[in-house]
Amino acid sequence: MINIVNYLGDLTLYYVNQAGRMGIFLAFVIYNIIKLPYYKISHVIKQIYIIGTLSVFVIIFTGLFTGMVLGLQGYNTLSKFGSEGLLGSAVALSLIRELGPVLAALMVTGRAGSAICAEIGIMRISEQIDALECMAIEPHKYIMAPKFIAALISVPLLTALFNVVGIFGGYIVGVKLLGANEGSFFTGMYRDVEFIDVYMGFIKSICFGLLIVWICSAKGYFVHMERSGGFGAEGVSRVTTSAVVLSSVLILVVDYIITSLLI
Amino acid sequence: MNDQPMIQMINVRKKFGAQEVLKGINLSIYDGKTTVIVGESGQGKSLVIKHILGLMKPTSGKVLVNGKDINTIGRKALKEIRSDFGVLFQHAALFDSMTVFENVALPLRERTKATEEEIKSKVTEMLDLMDLEGSDEKYPAQISGGMKKRVGLARALVLNPKIVFFDEPTTGLDIAKSNEIYRVFYRTQTKLGYTSVIVSHDVPKIFKLADYVALLYDGVIQDCISPEDFQTSENPVIKEFVEKTMGRIYESEQLEG
Repeated sequence: MINIVNYLGDLTLYYVNQAGRMGIFLAFVIYNIIKLPYYKISHVIKQIYIIGTLSVFVIIFTGLFTGMVLGLQGYNTLSKFGSEGLLGSAVALSLIRELGPVLAALMVTGRAGSAICAEIGIMRISEQIDALECMAIEPHKYIMAPKFIAALISVPLLTALFNVVGIFGGYIVGVKLLGANEGSFFTGMYRDVEFIDVYMGFIKSICFGLLIVWICSAKGYFVHMERSGGFGAEGVSRVTTSAVVLSSVLILVVDYIITSLLI
Repeated sequence: MNDQPMIQMINVRKKFGAQEVLKGINLSIYDGKTTVIVGESGQGKSLVIKHILGLMKPTSGKVLVNGKDINTIGRKALKEIRSDFGVLFQHAALFDSMTVFENVALPLRERTKATEEEIKSKVTEMLDLMDLEGSDEKYPAQISGGMKKRVGLARALVLNPKIVFFDEPTTGLDIAKSNEIYRVFYRTQTKLGYTSVIVSHDVPKIFKLADYVALLYDGVIQDCISPEDFQTSENPVIKEFVEKTMGRIYESEQLEG
């Protein structure tokens, strides 16, 4: 019995510690982002390329098919009620308010978040982060700040791209393949999508961008403090998996919270 | 020698769970001198360096650098202290996605306002000093272990640090490569005049470079004395270490003596 209590106490302390560590980590990064001297713009551009540009293909691909399946499902459901004219607004609202930010964030987590975590984790276990600290170069400024800024710029842009491509996918299937009226598709979309919808999607994408880069960088940065043993390649692989899972779950949780606050 | 040590460890203890690795380290490093920390593997020699560098916090005790306790001064002051440090890590800790040139140039790019031209000339000078001409565009994975250590040394020395730490500088290298590292060390220290702390178990060769030798045994520094005194010390632990590592030389000296 005492062993179980000990174990639970130990586990609780570990997770409280981890949450505290990650909170302090985020505070340090934000402080280093706003503190002079600023990070070099070339570092930010490089990270925008890695997080943003290299994710474009996967975003276009998933956005297109998400829009296409929305067009297909939406048309079949709406046609039962004779409301095919609402297809444009249904596709656009689903994408802009929910699916665009969430799916784009999940794709960025899988593609760029895992890479960020693995890169920082390897730097940690091979003493590269220690080396930076000993050279009086702040890792939060040199490594983290450009990644954070790049994610905050890239994720909303990728979400916008996802939405546009998704709407195009819905248009192709709904209008071109299934024969919904082109005029009502676009008029309905124009009429029903309001500023608050775009605003909600934008806020979500900013929050998801921050969440992804925060969880993935912090997990990699603290790989050596992992409870399950953060040593070697296996430690990095374990922590990368856990960063992707945690980011994905938190994206859905935060999505609900933001929706309930802004709806 | 200044009376006031540059670095002082006062009763430093470090516990990992129930295991106490450092059991009260007392060590003084003096300006301009080379202090070598020796001891068998697994005694915590690298841990001592990590405590001086502020990469680890002691469970109890103090680490003073220029009279300031590095565990209480805050990040900004620690950063200032570290700007006087140069470190050669055991596995060099080179940035593996950067070329040799970029590795050595990094401290100059991030810590100084030097122009690209000045950086190029300084990096080339350091690489020449380390006999690394022509390797500047290679990546760490494309060079040998000895070259990696020399690149690490070039990176550690590029900003003319006041104190340089060497964590096992010759581990994993053959005799010729080890001698090469020692030659580079001697050459650079003569030229740049830095204080150095070397962790090594390359005994007795390392004694040639040392002003002081400290033996770490059972979590405690047994003594920190000149290499000559070290080899003839009556301290039973040091005596046993000397006999174990350089038995024949010791015996012959005794016989001759």
